[in-house]
Amino acid sequence: MSAHLAYVAASYGAALLVVAGLVSWVVLDARARRRELQALEEAGIRRRSAGGGAP
Amino acid sequence: MRERSLAIRSFTDLANPTRFVALAGRLLPWLASLTVLLFAIGLTLCFTTAADYQQGETVRIMYIHVPAAWLAMMGYTVMAASALGTLVWRHPLADVAAKCAAPIGAGFTALALVTGSLWGKPMWGTWWVWDARLTSFFILFLMYLGLIALNRAMDDAGRAAKVAAVLILVGFVNIPIIKFSVDWWNTLHQPASVLRLGGSAIDPEFRRPLLVMALAFTCLFFTLHLAAMRTEIWRRRIAAMRRQAARGAASA
Amino acid sequence: MMALYLRDLKLATRAGGGALTGILFFLAVVAVVPFGLGPDLKLLARVGPAMLWIGALLASLLGLDRLFQAEREDGALDVMLMQETPLVLVVFVKCLAHWTASGLPLVLISPLLGLFLNMEPAAILATMLTLLAGTPAITLIGAMGAAVAVALPRGGLLVSILVLPLVVPVLIFGVSAAYAAVEDPAPFLPPFLILIAISLFFAVIGPAAAAVALRASSE
Repeated sequence: MSAHLAYVAASYGAALLVVAGLVSWVVLDARARRRELQALEEAGIRRRSAGGGAP
Repeated sequence: MRERSLAIRSFTDLANPTRFVALAGRLLPWLASLTVLLFAIGLTLCFTTAADYQQGETVRIMYIHVPAAWLAMMGYTVMAASALGTLVWRHPLADVAAKCAAPIGAGFTALALVTGSLWGKPMWGTWWVWDARLTSFFILFLMYLGLIALNRAMDDAGRAAKVAAVLILVGFVNIPIIKFSVDWWNTLHQPASVLRLGGSAIDPEFRRPLLVMALAFTCLFFTLHLAAMRTEIWRRRIAAMRRQAARGAASA
Repeated sequence: MMALYLRDLKLATRAGGGALTGILFFLAVVAVVPFGLGPDLKLLARVGPAMLWIGALLASLLGLDRLFQAEREDGALDVMLMQETPLVLVVFVKCLAHWTASGLPLVLISPLLGLFLNMEPAAILATMLTLLAGTPAITLIGAMGAAVAVALPRGGLLVSILVLPLVVPVLIFGVSAAYAAVEDPAPFLPPFLILIAISLFFAVIGPAAAAVALRASSE
């Protein structure tokens, strides 16, 4: 029984790992892009259609 | 920002990336909280329900494995729908959606494979069997990885999207054929497999946590997908701004 | 169309064309098998059809990325895109030419390799028949991969990765039909007919998808 428990724990661990990996990828990527966007805007570069067009 | 103009009134308004980003920003906190809530309920249910008299504690693996497998398939369906959007309606957000669904779908497919393997070891006595279902999933995983590799190999986002869309759709058409062929192959090589899990209906005792977990994973998928799409739109915006800046510098 | 077919055929078979490389690769793959498995003739006879199929599969994937690459480099692809003849038809003819130059020789040489692997005559014949029915499907699915590769700077390896999962059904039915001819209880015809069905199915899907991908990547 205890051996089986290890498998259960391992699969929940794997789930945690995958979910944590995906979440951190999304969050970190978003943060980096947001910072980049801010840096560009501070440098005075605007989009062609500032205010709501497609980039 | 004028708040009114950002309201999404119809489906076509979603095509506007700026509106989409605004909408995503408003929706994401709610979706994320809902996901956390559902996971809290689901995980509590997972660990408080009785163990199966036959499978013992390992039945708890099912609560992760089955939702992950469902979402792996749903991820590909989302990609196929987006690919159709790219090719038929040239919807500007469809290729963003297709591109962002691939890593998430691949993640869930990997999770389904790993948990299936961890389930198989105590139940069947082996980490891997060339069972029809496992094999088709493995092929699905390969298809996800190929698409990610394709997206990474191309610089031009618009062109990559169309080419990837063709591949996604052909893959989608192919999935039933692959499934059918693997079933055929499997029955040919291991007749009357005793390794199959009992095909009987799931006991309601197990159905409740399974459903909650499935809902939680679905919410998680859409949260991640929405956030990834927003990031991707930003990424393209940054690229466009960089080009703009370079052009401005060149002409000045 | 006939002119295009002959032109492609000529290009593939002359020096520098990929046709011969594919055959040599097929030979090399099958020749390596006994070194991996040992010279046990019984074992070789058992795995023979599978080895021939896998060898043929890899060999036909090998030359695929060149299907449209040369046309892209010398600009002939743009002409094809602007022609009045539907692009789907052009792609289909190019696939046919490619198969005649690189798929058909594989089929023709497979009996010889079957002898090397100590296969029974019935198995050799069955393998040859299934290869004849199945290799067009590989080329036709691969055409889509080749069209995708046109848009890539270095497409070669990626094409194989993209196409391989999609040709799994072809491999499964090809090999099971080949085995069915030797092993008694399994019938030969059903998997063989399914194999033909897959080939015909991809004769429609493959060129259409390749045409869409070509248009998309040349915009």
